[in-house]
Amino acid sequence: MLNTLTLKQALDLLQAKKISIKEIYGDIRQSLSQNERLNVYLTLNANMETDAESAVNKPLAGVPLAIKDNFCTQGLRTTASSTVLDNFIPQYESTVTKKVKEVGGVVVGKTNMDAWAHGSSTETSQYGRTLNPRNTDYLPGGSSGGSAAAVAADMCIAAIGSETAGSIRQPSAWCGAVGLKPTYGRVSRYGVVAMASSTDSPGPIGKTVEDTAILFNHIAGHDENDSTTSPQVAPDLTKALNQSIKGMKVGVIYLDHPGLKEVAPLVKKELEVLSTLGAEVEEAQAMDPEASIGVYTVVQRAEVSSNLARYDGIRYGNDRSFFGAEARRRIMLGTYTLSKGYADKYYLMAQKVRTLFLQDFERLFKKYDVLVSLSSPGFAKKVGASESSSMFGELEDMLLEASSITGLPGISVPCYRDEKTNLFLGLNIMAPMWQEEKMVKVADAFEKNTEWNTWRNPIGK
Amino acid sequence: MVNTAVSTATNQSTKSFPVEHVAKLSNIPITKEEAKKLEVAFVDTLKVVAKLQQIDVTNVSPTFQVTGLENVWREDEVNEKKMFTQKQALANGKKIYEGFFVVPQVINQD
Repeated sequence: MLNTLTLKQALDLLQAKKISIKEIYGDIRQSLSQNERLNVYLTLNANMETDAESAVNKPLAGVPLAIKDNFCTQGLRTTASSTVLDNFIPQYESTVTKKVKEVGGVVVGKTNMDAWAHGSSTETSQYGRTLNPRNTDYLPGGSSGGSAAAVAADMCIAAIGSETAGSIRQPSAWCGAVGLKPTYGRVSRYGVVAMASSTDSPGPIGKTVEDTAILFNHIAGHDENDSTTSPQVAPDLTKALNQSIKGMKVGVIYLDHPGLKEVAPLVKKELEVLSTLGAEVEEAQAMDPEASIGVYTVVQRAEVSSNLARYDGIRYGNDRSFFGAEARRRIMLGTYTLSKGYADKYYLMAQKVRTLFLQDFERLFKKYDVLVSLSSPGFAKKVGASESSSMFGELEDMLLEASSITGLPGISVPCYRDEKTNLFLGLNIMAPMWQEEKMVKVADAFEKNTEWNTWRNPIGK
Repeated sequence: MVNTAVSTATNQSTKSFPVEHVAKLSNIPITKEEAKKLEVAFVDTLKVVAKLQQIDVTNVSPTFQVTGLENVWREDEVNEKKMFTQKQALANGKKIYEGFFVVPQVINQD
């Protein structure tokens, strides 16, 4: 089954002409129909095979990619999983999808997500939830839940997601995939349905660390259409693969949080492998992650209320009565925290605490090359779980929010699998701004020296 | 009406939230029943946010962006490659009249 290939394997085989576009897309199509009930794709690209045939001599050789439905794709419906954009056909291409298409990546389809990327379950999608391919009684996480599920179910070779605070790493962790959240400003936001503009970061979700490094190389870099992208030249992350991590200093944070009692021992054991490989691993004290929930909640709602003000049903889309419950809550709370009399109390206060988080990470990175934590406080939650709490996403993303509001890059790699449920935990490895190569070095070494990556070590599913 | 809403809001972190006022500011149509549910959700969320007030931020400046980039300029000139044709600009409009978007009336409504 060629759909189970990693990106690296697929590229090697396609470029050597050992497999054909017809064969790989035949298997992808079969996987699409077999897994229909997972509700992964909202819109399929009817021309995927012909697009791929014409791309076979380019660097990405026509490989099938899943794209989160908040990236504008010219001529292909883009909804951000909200019925407000039910019939929206973008008239231009996002920078990220433009870049991957130019080098021969092909869009299989647009993946389900939490509506407007508001959430960590995909249950707020107005087109129904996505199921976790590892165990369909459970959620895939979110907001890039469709992209992570597409990878885990081999309904694509690799995927593109976006993260504002956890939306790449948390669903990757829950689905047993690898998710790379670049430094804020490393990858262009142009043409991405805006959520929180000061933290939105597009990035790859793949089957291996190497796959995410390859995709990162193709999407990173300055974009004249997004003035928040950095003029710095992006690193070649494939150079960080197969490197020694001897002598690297690794700070372990958040594992002593009371909410992690059950899973912390499992992870501590896995971290020993880093010491065996010569890294200096020790527990480090970071600022209380619970405070980041408050900061993120205020900043994110405020930016949402501003970004979603454009949806008036006049130039495109349906009117504001089409917003789902979660989007309504976020728009209204954001409007409130920015309104006269409350902006100082909430918005300014949150931005000041954000500074404290920045200073805290600065302090930690003077001592450590990378910081590691869990990507989520536990395993995937059961279907329906998000409906009981209006703060579901914030609690699930608690361990990722501090790094998101401070713009840090991070990568989640599978670090444990529960045999009974077939559900995974993800290890979140964070690096200083603009230094993605450090976290990829550690993530790649961890992946290759543990048993948890199911593409490297098939579990006979 | 605004005054009432704001005075109700003073106690928001413990009891209530000016849902209808904020709905109006946000241009989100809500029903009475929805307003009740939303109020519970907002009060819950603000309880979590209120924990921030225990943190000492004396002499701390706010952070609005993290890239460190400042004053990113471009030449103020028309780039025709980036422009939509009229057909493209109107392609997703629901109500179009002779090449224009039709907008709802917002003045003299009352």
